[in-house]
Amino acid sequence: MSLEIYLDLFSQPCRSVYIFTKKNNIQFDHKKITLFDGYQYGEEYGKINLLRKLPAIKDGDFCLAESIAIMMYLAEKFHTPDHWYPADLQKRARVNEYLSWQHTAIRTHGSRILWFKLLIPKAMGVEVPKEKLDNAVESFDGSLKLFEEKFLQGKPFIVGDQISLADLVAIVEIMQPVGAGMDVFENRPKLKAWKDRVREEIGAELFDEAHQTILSLQEEVKTMDPKKMEPLRSKILKYFLS
Amino acid sequence: MAGRQAVKAYLDLMSQPCRAVLIFLKNNKIPHTVEHIAIRKGQQKTPEFTKLNPMQKVPVLEDNGFVLTESDAILKYLATTYNVPDHWYPKLPEKRARVDEYTAWHHANTRLHAATVFWLEGLLPLMTGQPTNTAKLEKALSDLDGTLDKLENMFLKRQAFLCGDDISLADLLAVCEIMQPLGSGRDVLKNRPNLLSWRSRVQSSLSDSFDEAHAIVYRLREKFTAKL
Repeated sequence: MSLEIYLDLFSQPCRSVYIFTKKNNIQFDHKKITLFDGYQYGEEYGKINLLRKLPAIKDGDFCLAESIAIMMYLAEKFHTPDHWYPADLQKRARVNEYLSWQHTAIRTHGSRILWFKLLIPKAMGVEVPKEKLDNAVESFDGSLKLFEEKFLQGKPFIVGDQISLADLVAIVEIMQPVGAGMDVFENRPKLKAWKDRVREEIGAELFDEAHQTILSLQEEVKTMDPKKMEPLRSKILKYFLS
Repeated sequence: MAGRQAVKAYLDLMSQPCRAVLIFLKNNKIPHTVEHIAIRKGQQKTPEFTKLNPMQKVPVLEDNGFVLTESDAILKYLATTYNVPDHWYPKLPEKRARVDEYTAWHHANTRLHAATVFWLEGLLPLMTGQPTNTAKLEKALSDLDGTLDKLENMFLKRQAFLCGDDISLADLLAVCEIMQPLGSGRDVLKNRPNLLSWRSRVQSSLSDSFDEAHAIVYRLREKFTAKL
């Protein structure tokens, strides 16, 4: 029985799954996918995940999508250390609370910044109205403020003294706009201190390895063939700019 | 869990996730009290409520001093803390994973798109007196259509419920979102027989608690259709 995991480290939820499995020494067959090639829309991938998104896993015959569901499933199956997804129901509820909130907060706004600031203008050559980027940045700032005041407060990690899935999901999303050249941690010492703690807990080498793709994106875009994102062009423009 | 004090739920039944929480509490006979927070009156912005929840959102659950926000976290907490039937949030990892998969996807899909339709067609015109922005509404309906396709083809498939043969938290969260546009007179499942059957099954499973929670939506629908 083999565990296959479909990943593209450009994607935030792919990074959290990658970091989680590597950190916990979970053996898997790493299926490297390039989202920009549109593989996720093909017939083959449709057998794995009809939501047509990454990440996804195939554990024997069991296919599963959604990074959060994947990590919870793997945490249970491989008996990872309790702090990732605590058995204590109130601590677990705190992890779930963050994971629920972030979908339409940090994740949405951080993702938009990367597309509006870098990928749509530079990789696709399409102009983005200034208000769209300004709105995304303002919303992202608002989310970070709530993150610090409501979720982190004065604690080392979101749930308390130890790192959990909440911190892992948070950090990969917060790193996304960094890929567009936005200095997210400037003038945010508390956030930076938390980031440094998270990076240390994960292991600097693993953290940096997982983020290599996103952090070299600005350079890559300079030499990217505009035709590269052709399969996705209309979907992206419809989703982000209509 | 005998001897526990009742939990307190802060709810506005105009809010879809609030309805899901109330239905779950009632359906499972979990001892609870409800404090109604009227969003339309700005009651979520009082200093008192803000102290309870700095996000100024509902629902909020308070369990003997433990304050929890976010409906899916609340539902999972209740399902695992109280002795409810297993099908709501199964213990078996592969079955539980299916519910977790749906609840994760729900936020930026079912919830986002159904709520946007209702906002554009129902709430915004009510609040501003302006007619509905038809271009935006068309896009919202198209987005919702895509979501309903996935709901049917990825989740429901040939099953009775979204995650298997029995009702779960997934169905509860989804149905409350799908009911919202009904408030402005739109049944988004109108041309989808499979999803209509699913909704009937969910309503049957939930019986009284479903209609009680949705009374406000039915009233709003009456007001809306009376205006036309």
